[in-house]
Amino acid sequence: MKIQNYFIMSLFASSLIIACNSNGKKNDSDSEKLTGSIKIDGSSTVYPITEAVAEEYRNDQPEVKVTIGVSGTGGGMKKFERKEIDICDASRKIKEEEANACKDNKIEYYDFEVAYDGLAVIVNPQNDWAQNITVAELKMIWEPSAQEKITKWSQVRKGWPDAPLHLFGPGTASGTYDYFTEAIVGKSGSSRGDYTASEDDNVLVQGIEGDKYGLGFFGLAYFEENKAKLKLVAVDNGKGPVAPSVTTVKDGTYAPLSRPLFIYINKEAFKRPEVASFVKFYLENAASVVGEVGYVPLSKEEYAAQLEKLKADSNIK
Amino acid sequence: MFKSSRNRIIDKSFQVIGLATTIFGLLILATFIFYIFYVGATRIDWAFMTNLPSRFYAKAGILTAWTGTIWIFVLTAFSAIPIGISTGIYLEEYAKKTRLANILEINISNLAGVPSIIYGLLGLEIFGRFLGLGRSVLAGSFTLALLILPIIIVATKESLRAVPQSLKDAAYGLGATKWQTIWTQVLPVSFSGIMTGIVLALSRVVGETAPLIVIGALAYVPFVAKTPMDDFTVLPMQIFNWISRPQHGFIVNAAAAIIILLIIVIILNGFAVFIRNRASRKNNW
Repeated sequence: MKIQNYFIMSLFASSLIIACNSNGKKNDSDSEKLTGSIKIDGSSTVYPITEAVAEEYRNDQPEVKVTIGVSGTGGGMKKFERKEIDICDASRKIKEEEANACKDNKIEYYDFEVAYDGLAVIVNPQNDWAQNITVAELKMIWEPSAQEKITKWSQVRKGWPDAPLHLFGPGTASGTYDYFTEAIVGKSGSSRGDYTASEDDNVLVQGIEGDKYGLGFFGLAYFEENKAKLKLVAVDNGKGPVAPSVTTVKDGTYAPLSRPLFIYINKEAFKRPEVASFVKFYLENAASVVGEVGYVPLSKEEYAAQLEKLKADSNIK
Repeated sequence: MFKSSRNRIIDKSFQVIGLATTIFGLLILATFIFYIFYVGATRIDWAFMTNLPSRFYAKAGILTAWTGTIWIFVLTAFSAIPIGISTGIYLEEYAKKTRLANILEINISNLAGVPSIIYGLLGLEIFGRFLGLGRSVLAGSFTLALLILPIIIVATKESLRAVPQSLKDAAYGLGATKWQTIWTQVLPVSFSGIMTGIVLALSRVVGETAPLIVIGALAYVPFVAKTPMDDFTVLPMQIFNWISRPQHGFIVNAAAAIIILLIIVIILNGFAVFIRNRASRKNNW
């Protein structure tokens, strides 16, 4: 074949592609088998839970196309405000300006707690001095004024070695960072800048694993998977040191570093039968899948109560 | 005498240095590839290729990811190649060498160095929102087509420029028009150069993640795209997603997916090289 033919072929093909850019979707099902699609985006922390629910939902309603993105809580909320998605995964509550933007665009929404996540404070296993740490000490380490001042373990607590303090934490774009700074420093998004930051928690795991003087924080699930390489530090909020675990995160004694995870649902989209059925399925099945992906489930009663509230507020059965 | 022996030493040592740097680069590459195969090779089986995404790493597969990658590759190639080659031909052969053409040329070269995430933002606004393509395969392909257009245009221009003037003069001398000269003489001769540029550009397409994340490529897509308007995911997205999961099993999955990605790149590029070699064998001028 001559080169010219390739050229003509590709010209032809590209015009074909442009021509077939039309897509008639029909949605004519009143029977039990639902069709249609559900667009979800948002936090990468919540993603594994929503993925698990969607995977189970596939067995129930194979014709419903559920897609999930990982733009982050902030990115997901931007799309939620523009009605580009039906459900937003969020690792924090909706912010005031995001809620206002929804109001401006006449979006009403449901919000549900779907799980708890504990933030673990982690050191290297060779660290034999730090068994627990107080919230005040964490604040002293992480607040913006600590930058280039709190650089040694001995500055944090008397008796700790006169050795450098190396800090590891999630990057500023992550909801985990927002939550930690809000809970510890007191203001969301406010911290010192001279620490090793990564959006990928596995990088933080590797960093602390290789640094005797390292200290960092990230989701409890990452500690659970790397127990042998890391050491957990109990956090003391004035009522004695508490180590994070399923029990202490669930009953709220591991405070302030445990947080709820949310889903936000556009009420307009909820009127579509497939979205309503998916959300119902979510609340009914979250309890069983949340543990499998490394998070802490709410109690059965709490899921049931949210489902009751949803049923009272809408016309689903 | 003395000088020539010194030159020989320089010559020899340069050869050694060149060899050493080549081996150094290849060794690092080989280490990476060996490690990836060591971790992931045993994970690849038929089920891995045909399963849908799952929260259990042992059950998770890459069907939607690799089909998405092929969709993106094909659509991007079909949209970027004709536009890129046409633009290259116009700028090199037809455009008057005015100041405007100069500015245009510098801009195109600069575009090749713009970070890919910027193209993602552009694609999100223009294709995703303004043209209403949403987060479809088509929006993704058009965005990546923008990303590689400068590479294809520059490669086309360079290859056209390398065609000897005598060849064109001969064609004109026989009474050929400008278009006949370009179509029958210049293009066939410069084809292999253009193809090389295309191969490089398309390899980049297969590996890009950042712009696709921005336009909203998804992490979880439980169906294979049937039309260009469907939602999609691609292999690099899947790998990125798996690598950030806490469970070690997902890291193994990611390694296996990387092997598949490598194989896809090799096959697609092999095909392009095959076309190039077949075409360039024919013109013995």
